[in-house]
Amino acid sequence: MEKKLICINCPIGCHLTAERSNDSDAWSVTGNRCPRGELYARNELTDPRRVVTATVRCNSELMPRLPVRSSEPLPKRYIDALLNRLYDMEVKIPVKRGEVLIANVENTGIDVIFSCDCGK
Amino acid sequence: MIHDFSYDIAVIGAGAAGLAAAAETAKSPFRTVVIDREDQLGGILRQCIHNGFGLRYFKEELTGPEYADRVAALAAKPNVEFKTGTAVTEIKRLPDNGFELLAFSAAEGVSRIRARALFLGMGCRERNRGNLAIPGSRPAGIFTAGAAQKLLNIEGMLPGKSAVIVGSGDIGLIMARRLRWSGVEVKAVVEIMPHPSGLTRNVVQCLNDFGIPLYLEHSVVNIAGRERVQYVEVAPLDNGIPQLDRQFRIECDTVLFSVGLIPENELSRQLGVELNPATGGAIVDANLQTSVPGVFAGGNVLHVHDLVDFVSEEAADAGRSIVHYLDGTLNSQANPVTVSANLKYVVPNKFNTGEKGTYSFRPLIVSDAATLEAELNGRLVWKRKFTYVKPAEMLKVELPAEILNESGTLVFRLQEEA
Ligand SMILES: Cc1cc2nc3c(=O)[nH]c(=O)nc-3n(C[C@H](O)[C@H](O)[C@H](O)COP(=O)(O)OP(=O)(O)OC[C@H]3O[C@@H](n4cnc5c(N)ncnc54)[C@H](O)[C@@H]3O)c2cc1C
Ligand code: SF4
Repeated sequence: MEKKLICINCPIGCHLTAERSNDSDAWSVTGNRCPRGELYARNELTDPRRVVTATVRCNSELMPRLPVRSSEPLPKRYIDALLNRLYDMEVKIPVKRGEVLIANVENTGIDVIFSCDCGK
Repeated sequence: MIHDFSYDIAVIGAGAAGLAAAAETAKSPFRTVVIDREDQLGGILRQCIHNGFGLRYFKEELTGPEYADRVAALAAKPNVEFKTGTAVTEIKRLPDNGFELLAFSAAEGVSRIRARALFLGMGCRERNRGNLAIPGSRPAGIFTAGAAQKLLNIEGMLPGKSAVIVGSGDIGLIMARRLRWSGVEVKAVVEIMPHPSGLTRNVVQCLNDFGIPLYLEHSVVNIAGRERVQYVEVAPLDNGIPQLDRQFRIECDTVLFSVGLIPENELSRQLGVELNPATGGAIVDANLQTSVPGVFAGGNVLHVHDLVDFVSEEAADAGRSIVHYLDGTLNSQANPVTVSANLKYVVPNKFNTGEKGTYSFRPLIVSDAATLEAELNGRLVWKRKFTYVKPAEMLKVELPAEILNESGTLVFRLQEEA
């Protein structure tokens, strides 16, 4: 079996070909210019993931919303529920870039962190 | 009352470019002022809350605000002063070779700022519907993609409930996902070209992930609605001509335009800086110095970049050149650099004999086997193969000093392999 994918890990966008024989579940990947592409193809075919970015409401005078992100790419099936949870929140400043807003989303070990500082 | 200030270097714009230039001038003994009309540092990066920045410059994948904080921290040194919330409204050359800026801020009123050298880092603005001339009424609900991005990501307001995006530039693609993730339905992206104008990764993760249709070689021929947009009409193109017999209607209350960026060179014009029609930015030499001595440029004001990392690299080079200029050690002999086949432009437009040079290009073709070649005085002196070239991706290469060992004309071309 052969699958064509495009790596989204960096702007180069390598065109990847993943191949696997019918009696094995290991994909062999070609077309990647760096090891991240190989990993991407394997994940994409078994457990696709994306970095989630969003904003949350806060009580700052300067910034009505604060940008947040998942610390790592999150399995796609958890994204919609996470976004709904984020949109229902209101956070209290001060916060620091990198500070954890939600720890260990759905037991994945992945956190939601703030993308910027906000002091007032 | 007018306040007077004086510095060695004035940086206009505190985006990725201005901050990277200031981070370099900060390493010299010279005093730098960085001026931006926004209250926060980082320019357009502030509203780009998605990830995908910094892999090259910081070796880490960051969101726009994270990248902005990193470059701002590099520039925050005792000999660098920041004036935010301050718009530069006028700029002129002084008879003794320096420059004078007029700037306005709500806090300080009008300031007169003198500097011996300038870095132009004003970024770019978006093309809008006026530049395109799409017929139809003028209802509410029509935005440029960047304006909608600011509204949503900074102010937290939704532009509408269901949207059609005109143009497949990166900002439009990123906005398609952002809208979807914010509960707005995205009906379609409509592109007149046969290929998307944004990065492939953005087509994959912003459209394909959500099953949003991308109509290539299609054009919006009408925007309808009285007070608010009600629908658009879209027609396929045949040799650039809309096939009205095959047009169809898409209901939506919002239309976003993502149809390109134009370098913001009002101030450069006031200075008499010579501009390049192919880029919309200044003509610069290998030191990123414009036609006006002491005025340097980098980032989107010079040519539109798709990668912030390239913006920072270019602006950092300009920052180092400014220090050499003020030291009196800048080599400014300049030979012409031009492009021929399959390239829209090259930056810079001049090279210095015996110095290495960094060149950026915008390809005109889509190809998976192409060779970039450099000819000095008609002699092939350098080449490199690329396995993917496309107009959406800028090419950037470095030519070693040994190659540029004689004066004359350097011509680049892109050859497609059979
Ligand atoms: C929506 C969008 C998405 C992008 N996505 C990516 C991505 O995923 N990955 C990536 O690597 N790159 C991306 N880019 C590209 C990259 O972020 C930009 O090219 C880069 O940030 C531009 O930096 P700049 O400093 O040249 O311009 P800007 O950030 O636009 O900065 C210019 C600054 O100058 C100020 N200014 C202008 N005129 C004046 C004046 N007269 N007085 C005072 N201040 C003034 C403005 O306020 C602004 O702050 C994206 C760009 C956009 C627009
Ligand atoms: S394989 Fe590596 S170089 Fe290619 S797109 Fe993925 S991350 Fe970029």
